[in-house]
Amino acid sequence: MRPLPELTPENTAFWTGGAEGKLMIAFCTDCAHAIHPPQLICPKCWSDKVETRAVPGTGTVYTFTVNHQPWAPGMAVPFALAVVDLDGAPGARVTAEVVNADPDSVAIGQAMKVGFLNIDDVWFPQWEPAR
Amino acid sequence: MTLSAAITGVGMSDIGRKTGRPAMLHLAEAARRALECAGLTRDDIDGISTYPGKADNSPGMSPLGTGEVRNALGLRTRWHSAVPDGPSQMAPIQVAAMAVATGQARHVLCFRALTESSSQTATQRASIPGAGRARLGGWYSYLVPANAMSASNWAGWMAQRYFHEFGMTREHLGLVATGQRAFAQANPSAVMRTSLTMDDYLGARMISSPLGLFDCDVPIDGACVVIVSAADAAKDCAKAPLTIEAMGAALGSQETWDQRADLTTMGAHDSAADMWKRTDLKPADVDVLGLYDGFSIFVPFWLEAMGLCGHGEAKDFIAEGNIGPGGRFPVNTGGGQLSGGRLHGFGLLHEVCTQLWGQASGRQVDGAKVGACGMGGGFIAGSMLLRRD
Repeated sequence: MRPLPELTPENTAFWTGGAEGKLMIAFCTDCAHAIHPPQLICPKCWSDKVETRAVPGTGTVYTFTVNHQPWAPGMAVPFALAVVDLDGAPGARVTAEVVNADPDSVAIGQAMKVGFLNIDDVWFPQWEPAR
Repeated sequence: MTLSAAITGVGMSDIGRKTGRPAMLHLAEAARRALECAGLTRDDIDGISTYPGKADNSPGMSPLGTGEVRNALGLRTRWHSAVPDGPSQMAPIQVAAMAVATGQARHVLCFRALTESSSQTATQRASIPGAGRARLGGWYSYLVPANAMSASNWAGWMAQRYFHEFGMTREHLGLVATGQRAFAQANPSAVMRTSLTMDDYLGARMISSPLGLFDCDVPIDGACVVIVSAADAAKDCAKAPLTIEAMGAALGSQETWDQRADLTTMGAHDSAADMWKRTDLKPADVDVLGLYDGFSIFVPFWLEAMGLCGHGEAKDFIAEGNIGPGGRFPVNTGGGQLSGGRLHGFGLLHEVCTQLWGQASGRQVDGAKVGACGMGGGFIAGSMLLRRD
């Protein structure tokens, strides 16, 4: 069983946006800075006018690893993890669980798109090759 | 520039795997050995510090806080501190240096104790943050729920990017692992002392690509104590004081493992650069190094951070034989954490001090006078330069 994140005012949009199929990212409305992980204050200009909005849900693999070690009981291996630069949110990245792809096919520069896995009150972003 | 602070004693318990020995017994043994090394008694100790303090966020990661150790050893202190948020596992040593330099204490006992080996079970792995919690918060709540549970994953993706940009291969990391094993074979207290060939390294199972089994350090049970003394008090100790020439704790990026703009660098680069601003010594003056090797890939990152070679040049620097036995800049001469066991940086510093005192029998670096130590990986980093006059 995977651990679930604690839902907070700053992160609820990120973890539940998948209910409507949306990847929600926090932005500063004063300076447009993309804020990830989400927080209540813009780290660039200290504005508290932070809002979340949907980004396209696509991105590019900045780097990746293929995990072979079962770290928890029942963990199926191998699987790929990627760090994905998000389209529409310059400077923001997400750690991405890669699904629906041969783990060994994942490559730096690859285009990815998001989907969601619902467990309890959380919609986990999961990523697969865009083509 | 020099801090008015010095390391005057180090001590390590008989570390091992699955010792079943309570952490406090390891700690007491390390403390006794450190006091003996320094020529001090219990009553000389008037300060105590540790990282991170008693913590239950990962099995066996930090079973002892300053309170229990003060009680167990009967210490009467003028100053105490535990530092969970600081410049790496080195934080208690840096804070102790500032404490003695400002007159808050004369001799500070800095400790790190772990029972990660004995605490590990089939369902409770060491170093899995948040294990057993119902819900996760903080930076790792964006990693662990995505199944990026282990630091080997986070280090793995840093290694992958570095390989991609600079053409490093697993053979380069294999030189780190086999070189440190060769050092460990000359260190009776290292936990992994059988020979390790490049074929062994390359043939071992993958953990999180491109990192395999021998790219990962070894969880152990053990404790290590470092005594930091005020410069004037250090003169009365048994050994030549190891002056803290400079230290660095800068961090220029977010505290998480995936957001730093350039993941072919890490916090190490910020902290080491800041350290060099505080000394007239140069990287070429360094004789021996202790560089954090929770994973082998951190060693080339730290080499570049410390300025021993340029960005992207560490693979050639390693291949030229600089860091292994007989090299110009020997790194982790006790075997490091890869072969010596994971004492969270304290073991690396213990070895640097042993070298500077000329007591690293069988692996001694001739005439070692200046040592550099870097602790931490990812955003976690602290740097220190030691000098024996």
